[in-house]
Amino acid sequence: MTQDALCFHFDVDGNNFVSAGEASVQVKKLLRQMGFSPELIRRVSIAMYEGEINMVIHAGGGEADICVDQNKVTVTLSDHGKGIADIALAMQEGYSTAPENIRALGFGAGMGLPNMKRYADNMDIQSTVGEGTTILMEFFVGE
Amino acid sequence: MKLSQIVSLIGGKALSGSEQLDNEVFSACGSDMMSDVLAFAMDKGVLLTGLINQQVIRTALMMDMCCVIFVRGKMPTREILELADESRIAVLVTDEGMFETCGKLYEAGLGKPL
Repeated sequence: MTQDALCFHFDVDGNNFVSAGEASVQVKKLLRQMGFSPELIRRVSIAMYEGEINMVIHAGGGEADICVDQNKVTVTLSDHGKGIADIALAMQEGYSTAPENIRALGFGAGMGLPNMKRYADNMDIQSTVGEGTTILMEFFVGE
Repeated sequence: MKLSQIVSLIGGKALSGSEQLDNEVFSACGSDMMSDVLAFAMDKGVLLTGLINQQVIRTALMMDMCCVIFVRGKMPTREILELADESRIAVLVTDEGMFETCGKLYEAGLGKPL
């Protein structure tokens, strides 16, 4: 059914922490209009929101691409930031390299990537130090 | 528990969403760490926090929470209240601290299994 997929593209501004999450809000609205279940919408929007925040904190922004078909929602987040040196370590709850000023804003607790994995059905991280990171998340439309 | 009941329990004030005070909530989460809030989905919840920024409202929105309570006399900015209005999230404030506010709501039955 991929020929019926609807895709949306968002640029995530890396210079503005206040606006971080706006793309996720848009995606939440779009999925609601398409009539997906509240549970699926919540999983997609929370995971994408964490990803957006990560791109703003760590990578100077990036891009988000969302493709929707009747079976699944795919979210691809890509940035040209500093990359993740040790993905297994970054996946550990509580591990964070976020600076103190970000913690004061309520993020950087080392929960972002673990939360994304918790809510996505599949998650794949490709990262090269000095080049950037691409995270692919899939959410299957259940009954 | 209705939001109006929460307002009187915590001696609070509704700064936004006063038309939603009849809405029922069933759970609550108190934290200044938004990622901790995002870790555990809950239905029809209230977020209690002492953190002041727009991401508090966006976090509540992502979690489908319908109300944010700012504790220990913290005052949300106009921008935060505008975002809350747009997001249809009620905003309450109280001078009480986090611990006292959570305690009062818990004692009154919020978040306890029926």
